[in-house]
Amino acid sequence: MKPLTNHKPSLHDQYLASLRKEKRWVRFYQLIIFVGFFMLWEAASRYQWIDPLLFSSPSKIWSLLMGKIEDGSLFSHIGVTLFETVLGFILGTLLGTCLAALLWWFPRFSKIADPYLVILNAMPKVALGPILIVAFGPNFSSIIAMGTVISVIITTIVVYTSFREVDANYIKVLKTFGASRFQCFKEAVLPASFPAIISTLKVNVGLSWVGVIVGEFLVSKQGLGYMIIYGFQVFNFTLVLLSLLIIAVLATLMYQIVALIEKSLIKNR
Amino acid sequence: MSFLVVHDISHTYFTEKTATTALEHISLSIDQGEFVSFIGPSGCGKTTLLSIIASLIQPTEGTVTLEGKKMQAIHPAVGYMLQQDYLFPWKTIEENLFLGLKIMEIDTPEMRASALSLLERMDLKGTEKHYPNQLSGGMRQRAALARTLATDPKILLLDEPFSALDYQTKLRLEELVWQTLKEYRKTALLVTHDIGEAIAMSDRIFLFAAKPGRLVRTFLVPSELRQLPPFAARQHPSFSELFQFLWKELDSLETTY
Repeated sequence: MKPLTNHKPSLHDQYLASLRKEKRWVRFYQLIIFVGFFMLWEAASRYQWIDPLLFSSPSKIWSLLMGKIEDGSLFSHIGVTLFETVLGFILGTLLGTCLAALLWWFPRFSKIADPYLVILNAMPKVALGPILIVAFGPNFSSIIAMGTVISVIITTIVVYTSFREVDANYIKVLKTFGASRFQCFKEAVLPASFPAIISTLKVNVGLSWVGVIVGEFLVSKQGLGYMIIYGFQVFNFTLVLLSLLIIAVLATLMYQIVALIEKSLIKNR
Repeated sequence: MSFLVVHDISHTYFTEKTATTALEHISLSIDQGEFVSFIGPSGCGKTTLLSIIASLIQPTEGTVTLEGKKMQAIHPAVGYMLQQDYLFPWKTIEENLFLGLKIMEIDTPEMRASALSLLERMDLKGTEKHYPNQLSGGMRQRAALARTLATDPKILLLDEPFSALDYQTKLRLEELVWQTLKEYRKTALLVTHDIGEAIAMSDRIFLFAAKPGRLVRTFLVPSELRQLPPFAARQHPSFSELFQFLWKELDSLETTY
């Protein structure tokens, strides 16, 4: 117990306690929703409120998961998909940032490219799938290309916009020291845009998953996307739902990793 | 021969609809070690003139010479300080301090040591590893001053560097800048809209009028004020006299146009 004469710390402790209490309640309801959802699903499937063939049930998905872990096939699928997604996402972000740098470096090029960027951005990139598969061959390279293409244009546009919005006075400071255009880019424009680049990274996590899963639908060889399309073809919706759940978990993990990177990179602003 | 000579500078800004004459036939000269101020109503082109002297803008007409040499590109002898500190938030104070050295490729141990001693002179010892957002407004502006002085410029261009600060910080910083510049024997050119600041700090005051921007008059600050540091100068009887006089001049300029 704290001495009663010391008023302030005890008030502060109360405040902290109320914060902790609030946090516990939020976690509690989140857990309720999580558990409740799966219990309801299980019950609905068992008592035939929903079609168990179509919606399966958590217990069936669980036993399928165990089986897939035992025979080891699951990890190779997950590995392939993760590899493609991470690569597609990194390539998309890097290429987009490089393109944005080019646009910044050559203002006339950016004026010329403007309408084409709008068209490319508006076009549904997954429609390029068949062409990519023929161009790169029905293997992981075309899937990575898919994951890249889907995020590269939007990255270019967002990053270029942030390049242009960098406070001109930072560049003025550098110019008064006689900095070259490259030095201005390296010292002011690029670091000032890190927050924007990271936030496109967050968007690109989601986009790359879309690209890679669609790519795997089309190539149909391996990966989680293949598991979905295969499950659909043999009418095994337990397999489809299992893949979906795994994708949800992995995408969330990737997003959290990016959020962690963001935190450590831009802690000083 | 004068240290810095501005010879018949005119400058016009073009937009799609208009051509605005920002400056018209400006000529002036500044001696080495002198502290001069540009005052005038907004739109009189004083910041434009500063940018031209810094070679950030090329004037439409006229030349600027420093120690008899024509200035064409950005010159290492010119230091420029902006209205706000513009310390790079992702760099530590130390990295900010060495930025000019790095870009000018004079990043030697000696220059670093003298930059660090400047930081100490600014009473910022111990903040080397801090980030700008950990410092107060006054401290940041002092760090920015140290960054500008670190490259050892011969002439310092100050573009309203105190205007974003609260009054007390501003008075303290005026004092510090004045002392430092006298100590290091720098020539300085201050743009301000604060009459009191101009009188307290400078040796000479150039009064500008707007539309088009032009030089109207030059005032010599009386020697008793010139000797005194800014805060003491503000207390001196001849300060308010000159203040009144300049106030009327400025007022008449603004009402006529």
